[in-house]
Amino acid sequence: MAQYLLSVWHDEDFSLDELPPDFERIHAQVSAFNEELAAASAEVFAGGLHPAASATVVRPSDGEVSITDGPYAESKEIMGGFWVIEAPDLDAALEWARKAALACEGPVEVRPFQGA
Amino acid sequence: MPDGLAEVFRREAGRCTATLIRVLGDVDLAEDAVAEAFAIAAERWPVTGVPPNPGGWITTTARNRAIDRLRREATRDERHRAAHHLQSLHVDPDDRPELADLDAFVDVVPDDQLRLMFLCCHPALHPDAQVALTLRLLGGLETGEIARAFLVPEPTMAQRIVRAKRKLRDNRAPYRIPTDAELPDRLPPVLAAIYLVFTAGHTATGDELVRVDLATEAIRLARALAELMPDEPEALGLLALLLLTDARRPARLAPDGSMVPLHHQDRRRWDRAMIDEGQALVRACRRRGGPGPYQVQAAIAGVHAEAATAADTDWARIVALYDLLLALRPSPVVALNRAVAVAERDGPAAGLAALEAIDLAPLERYQPLHAVRADLLARVGRTDEAGQAYDRAIELSANPVEARFLATRRAALP
Repeated sequence: MAQYLLSVWHDEDFSLDELPPDFERIHAQVSAFNEELAAASAEVFAGGLHPAASATVVRPSDGEVSITDGPYAESKEIMGGFWVIEAPDLDAALEWARKAALACEGPVEVRPFQGA
Repeated sequence: MPDGLAEVFRREAGRCTATLIRVLGDVDLAEDAVAEAFAIAAERWPVTGVPPNPGGWITTTARNRAIDRLRREATRDERHRAAHHLQSLHVDPDDRPELADLDAFVDVVPDDQLRLMFLCCHPALHPDAQVALTLRLLGGLETGEIARAFLVPEPTMAQRIVRAKRKLRDNRAPYRIPTDAELPDRLPPVLAAIYLVFTAGHTATGDELVRVDLATEAIRLARALAELMPDEPEALGLLALLLLTDARRPARLAPDGSMVPLHHQDRRRWDRAMIDEGQALVRACRRRGGPGPYQVQAAIAGVHAEAATAADTDWARIVALYDLLLALRPSPVVALNRAVAVAERDGPAAGLAALEAIDLAPLERYQPLHAVRADLLARVGRTDEAGQAYDRAIELSANPVEARFLATRRAALP
């Protein structure tokens, strides 16, 4: 078994204060996906993140650190949440990613963990 | 490499590598073992003569070398490393022999070639990487040869191949044939990669010899795929398309190296054996009744092939086939080709009208669009516009032979 990170991405302007009209539908789809993942014992760890505006960046500098308002990457797309899953191979991981992308109605990136 | 060996290498390298990847679970180990076996052959065969079953000899020798190496590593207490090698690709436990059983393993399993095709064309890889890996692992081409064929510097191609192999390894890409349910997603990239190899060989823009070789290599791969997946009509369709297109090769270039368009080709020089094989495949596909883009393109090439002269071509049938192709795989290029067929069926004015009905914006930098427009405009007597279109086509031409041809046409305008 190997472990993979499945991350889901959305636009930077996503906000929990103004939920998009399709939020409820997507939320129900993602819940169903989570249940399927758990039932297959494929889930290692998963979580949704607060929007990018909540991020803070800590940078090393001469043995000290500086703390600044985030997010770190200046990007139009922001990671909104992720799953760490266990799968026998890439194709199995991609099959979970397919279901995740359909549930979230957004792109899902698949990356393997080292040494797992 | 002596001639006999080079031929064996081209024929057997991919098959041997495919089998050893399954046995060893690692692409690099398999490649090294096969290369080592061929190096031994290059030393011995000039003395002993080529063995009766050269492919079997290479596979056995490569297998023995790989086993020796794995055993050495195992006894040198590098079990960890050996184990790592054996896990880098995910091979189904049922498919992989145990180290102890390797001595009994001799035969090349045809399915291994298919496994390797699907691995090289895994959709997680960029199409350029799919093509490069296919030529490297299945075609046994050197990295330098692949780089020259695709007009990129050799270090770029080497890095592309290394990265692709590493991605497959890091992700534990499985070494297996996709299930029927997966095939709709997994077969098209394999077909597309083989087709890309062919078009790189067919549109001569670089070193002529390398490219002709690529067309032959693509046909070899398509033939292997069609034999391994005889129930996939699109695999048969691809082979038919390549055969019917390549059959025209002897008539495609004039003695001075200029390109001869389909219309003016001496059809007696077309390769009849290739045409017959291609036509038989088209008929076999039609009986199956599961049309797909490659089969329809093969059917179009087949209509051209059965016309004794350009004037005899059944253009109505070609327009109908393009309509079907547009329904299966809508694209502005297909729409452009359809407009050309309409012009042949109903005259240049009708062709121009069909052209104007297409959204041409995505084709602004597509040389054939301007070449086609130029020809149609010239034929309806809109000479000034035709001249401008020829200029644009010449400007966009990546191929000196093609540019020369267009310049001749432009000079012939009244």
